Amino acid sequence: MAQIEVSQLTKSYRVFRKQEGLWASVRGLFHREYGEVQALRGIDLRVERGEFVAFLGPNGAGKTTTLKLLSGVIYPTSGTARVMGFIPWERQDAYRRRFALVMGQKNQLWWDLPANESYRLHQQIYGITEDDFRATLDELTDLLDVRRLLGQPVRELSLGERMKMELIAALLHRPEVLFLDEPTIGLDVVAQHNIQQFLRHYQQARQITILLTSHYMKDVAALCQRVVIIAKGAVQYDGSLSGIVDSFSGSKVISLQFPDGLEPSNLSEYGTLIKQEWPRVQLRVARQQVAQQLTRILNVYPIEDVVVEDPPLEEVIANVFHSVDEKSTAAEPTSSGSAR
Amino acid sequence: MTVVPAAPATNDRHVALSLGQRAGVWWTILRIALAERLAYRGDFMLGTLMRFLPIITQIFLWWAVFAAVEQSQSQSGATESGPPQLAGFAFHDMVAYYLLTMVARAFSSMPGLSTGIARQVRDGEIKKFLIQPVDYLGFLLISRVAHKLAYYTVALLPFALVFYLCRGYFQHGWPEPTVLAAFFISLILSFLIGFYLEACLGLIAFWFLEVSSLVFIYMLLNYFLSGHMFPLTMLPDSVRLLVDLLPFKYLAYTPSAIFLGKVAPGHVWREVAIGGVWLIGLAAASRLLYRRGLRRYSGFGG
Repeated sequence: MAQIEVSQLTKSYRVFRKQEGLWASVRGLFHREYGEVQALRGIDLRVERGEFVAFLGPNGAGKTTTLKLLSGVIYPTSGTARVMGFIPWERQDAYRRRFALVMGQKNQLWWDLPANESYRLHQQIYGITEDDFRATLDELTDLLDVRRLLGQPVRELSLGERMKMELIAALLHRPEVLFLDEPTIGLDVVAQHNIQQFLRHYQQARQITILLTSHYMKDVAALCQRVVIIAKGAVQYDGSLSGIVDSFSGSKVISLQFPDGLEPSNLSEYGTLIKQEWPRVQLRVARQQVAQQLTRILNVYPIEDVVVEDPPLEEVIANVFHSVDEKSTAAEPTSSGSAR
Repeated sequence: MTVVPAAPATNDRHVALSLGQRAGVWWTILRIALAERLAYRGDFMLGTLMRFLPIITQIFLWWAVFAAVEQSQSQSGATESGPPQLAGFAFHDMVAYYLLTMVARAFSSMPGLSTGIARQVRDGEIKKFLIQPVDYLGFLLISRVAHKLAYYTVALLPFALVFYLCRGYFQHGWPEPTVLAAFFISLILSFLIGFYLEACLGLIAFWFLEVSSLVFIYMLLNYFLSGHMFPLTMLPDSVRLLVDLLPFKYLAYTPSAIFLGKVAPGHVWREVAIGGVWLIGLAAASRLLYRRGLRRYSGFGG
């Protein structure tokens, strides 16, 4: 049985629609108009034990909603989900002892107390024996290099340090499934890198299952073998990171370096001109024509250097989001606003 | 960097907590909530001591009221002997009553409880209690016990001093042991009833998100109907009948009235028992609100 099984999961919120202005507010007291926002429109997902999966998608796509459903914080409108055999929203203690959710923008730790105290509380809540507690805490504080911060009130820590403390709190009970919602949001590059390294190392050593949402492509590229693109409340892509480019981008980028002084003006015959900074030029060329066009160019010009590469991932993914957006607005012109 | 291999998914790790472990959880919550409470010692101490100020104004107020009553009585030539009484309370009774309601309020008032719940619902902090294997209402209750313990620790001396200075107003001295026992039980009841009333109020945030105006109305009702402002015996009979059917009186009036012997000896335990029924009802209501509320909850805030 898969560790996480999601089938046809939907969630719609009823939201209060308010027109702008004071008079509308007054009217709203007596007569309320509600609208349905469909955050999820039927998600299917299967994750095996030990997978590290990234959810990508624009804001409001339904990534966080999916994580909330899987951690049992909210109820679905329809569909089923099982994590380790448990139905998440039944919130059985047996389930809650085996997973953890970390939200980059939320605090689980006690703000005015040292993290140490919060960890003690977790030890009690999760029924962790003293030996296990010591061993896990030692290991995690060493890996994240935060031993000296354990006794400081959490409010005095930097954002990056706090995130590390949050991660420790979430991992103390050695969860088998970990949900990470934007764990590196707002962190500087060094802190992001630290957290990535830690997560990769920890996940590989423990073979736990991790679902991660993030806006930083670096997070995803560094960590996840599998990427699920969610947009408009549905899964648009499920596969490897490099596969995204193959399936969504029909073109490659050819970078050429000309000898000094040679600046031909007819390059757009060979492909779309993206960048022109003599002596360097970048052309976008349809995938099937790369070999043909490149041969033509090389036959005509004395080229000093050639690089053929896939377009940047961010660009491809942005295009995916964009095309999904256009398709759905075309399909249903009255589509309600963005989901939470 | 060594990593302990993943814990084997043995069952012993996942069984329900034993009673001893539960006690461990409660104790830790209590200890941590106390520590948090004492994080801002200065503000906390000052706040505790400032609460004693209103007594002085209150005593002066009633002193003036009784003086006026006495004067009008002597002017109208009333010849009845003894000090004037209002609704069965002489001036010394009134001061004693007011001091005792202060004690009861120290148990039953729950500053920030409902607004705190509403805030946690609104900004999504409540999620943490849904994710962790811990009971939200139980957690709140124990934290509140910790707040109260911290408060009594600081307030005990000033309370003792005030009661010592005002001992002359307690003309009947200490009540007999059974009444005293009923008094202490009614204090515990006032704490629990106050807790569950405000918890219910706070949980309404699942539907309305903002409860501060509800809290304001509650405070106002509480002030009049709990006997905090004046003894409930001063109310007209018809109103009194209604107030008797509400739980507010357990927050201030009932403990004080029991102590001062204003509840007929045969009725003391009945009063306590009705309070117990209220407690059970309110606790059940809070559970129901919590369960229903979660159904509605959409996990606001990211």
